[in-house]
Amino acid sequence: MSTVLAFFKKPFIRKYANYFILALITLVFGALSLSGSLKMGNQFLLEQIAIAMLLAVSLGMVVGFLGELSLGHAGFMCVGAFLGGKVSAILVPALGTNANSILVLVISLLVGGLSAAVFGMIIGLPALRLRGDYLAIVTLAFGEIVRNVVMNLPEQLFGATLGLETPRFDRKYLFIIALIAVLACLAVTQNLMRSKHGRAIISIKDNEIAARAMGVDITKYKLFVFTISSFFAGVAGVLYSYTQSRLQTPTFDYNYSIEILVMVVLGGMGSINGAALAAALITFINFKLQTVLTGNLSVLQNVIYSLILIVIVIYRNAPGLKAFREKYNLAVLLQKLKGKRAETEEKEDA
Amino acid sequence: MNFLTALFNGLSSGGTYAIIAIGYTMVYGIAKMLNFAHGDIIMAGGYAMFTTLLLVGHPIPALCVAVAFCVALGVFVERFAYRPLRGASPLAVLITAIGVSSLLQSLAQIIFGAGSKMPLQLQVSGALKLGAFSIHYNTLITLAVTVVLMVALTLFVKYSKVGRAMVAVSEDRGAAQLMGVNTNAIIAVTFGIGSALAAVAAYLMLMKAPSLTNTLGAMPGIKAFTAAVIGGIGSVPGAMLGGILLGVIECVSLSIPAIAPFTDAIEFAVLIVILLVKPAGLLGKARREKV
Repeated sequence: MSTVLAFFKKPFIRKYANYFILALITLVFGALSLSGSLKMGNQFLLEQIAIAMLLAVSLGMVVGFLGELSLGHAGFMCVGAFLGGKVSAILVPALGTNANSILVLVISLLVGGLSAAVFGMIIGLPALRLRGDYLAIVTLAFGEIVRNVVMNLPEQLFGATLGLETPRFDRKYLFIIALIAVLACLAVTQNLMRSKHGRAIISIKDNEIAARAMGVDITKYKLFVFTISSFFAGVAGVLYSYTQSRLQTPTFDYNYSIEILVMVVLGGMGSINGAALAAALITFINFKLQTVLTGNLSVLQNVIYSLILIVIVIYRNAPGLKAFREKYNLAVLLQKLKGKRAETEEKEDA
Repeated sequence: MNFLTALFNGLSSGGTYAIIAIGYTMVYGIAKMLNFAHGDIIMAGGYAMFTTLLLVGHPIPALCVAVAFCVALGVFVERFAYRPLRGASPLAVLITAIGVSSLLQSLAQIIFGAGSKMPLQLQVSGALKLGAFSIHYNTLITLAVTVVLMVALTLFVKYSKVGRAMVAVSEDRGAAQLMGVNTNAIIAVTFGIGSALAAVAAYLMLMKAPSLTNTLGAMPGIKAFTAAVIGGIGSVPGAMLGGILLGVIECVSLSIPAIAPFTDAIEFAVLIVILLVKPAGLLGKARREKV
């Protein structure tokens, strides 16, 4: 155990620990799945977790690092899902391949991601003129517009109210691809945020005027973050389309955007690993609760999430709780534990 | 003639939007926060009305109970969810409000179930006929209620002591406090007024279409919010203007078959266009940020 801990304490490993852990998970579950010993339900769960991670990490860029509230993340996902899904639905019969063609998957991922990125850029434009609350309502409006338009276009385009039929990728492999996409997303986000561009983005959040005075190109960075974030939302959408046999617009409503936001807030705003972890946790709990809570009780989880959201935000931000926060928080707790452990180790040495 | 009917319907549904939008805009003006849960206060009012109707069976006590319940709920939410965050970043407040909204919706579903309830006693049928032209009574009632409420509210804000304290708090909270205004109390009163208006809006909505679910207030809430932003959030006349404008756009667009399915998209597109042209809304004042 201590050798494992020592391994993770090396600076290089520590810096990229999240990649290693995720890659390890991918390898272990991938091997299990290929050898046929992973249950169908768990494959499905892993797919959902990967999609949620993509969404949470990409939204975390806008909310946690840029400091703008976007309530239309499900809208970007919707764009990616329907355009990418349409592409795969056309290409699979046209190329005569089966639904498991990697080529078609990659093409549709790119199409979905890029089209969502274009929309992200378009939505990023008002972001330059609007701040805070106003931007939140514009992104919300965008999400609703996308849903409304997709739903009401002629049936041969996106299936209207029936939903769009999309090929279902083999469950055995899809989650591996999805986890690789998460790795890519983590790599992009983490490297970006650790670069000078990332610091520029964070400075915009902390004080836009000061950032501008220091020569940060606010226009460029805002557009950039919105574009990247919606690209990954689009990729998540395409992956989602591959997990479903029929895409329905009501899935991508405003509540879905809120659920992603809850993941970001729960994970701690401005923390990439936190967002990914919270996404995995919430999806896992949802999945397990689905079988326990049925009917009207199924909303009980929404009650719990909203309470968690309110409590966490108040705990972390309330000016009146500052003293309380400094006394009782995770860092202090860890410090205490560490102190105790050091003491016991010292005793053992003696 | 068709167009004229659509216009009248638009005025009436715009009136409802305006009543809701005032709740948003007053709270924004005074507490500087978007009360995302406002739409769900409407829903709570609807359920309060429904429960009273089951017990009493007459709309008037139902309305009174709903107003009282909504005021209590609004003030309660303000006290326990928003007041601790006064002075925190707007993002934190907004996220809390979103949490409250989803909490209210889920609680309503747990208590009353997902099926829609039909408080039929609220329904007003019949229409006023003027030759070929006919107006529903509920349209007329909505218009009358809207006008009365607007006038009353304007007078209240302008001439009453509490109203002037509200204006003072919205202009400069610190200075108002120094002049002896109890800002916390004024903010609570504002939430109370907004919530009372939400209860009235619930009544008007259920009068038109008596179908009550836990998402009754969600879409109208978002649209009224849009209306408030279009008119310039923080400005009461702006909310009225935005509400009426949005209602008219909605009903005119619904009356044209070719674009009727895209009505929601059109309304939100109008919002985006207006915000791009005038970032502070139609009647809002652009605020310059001081360093």
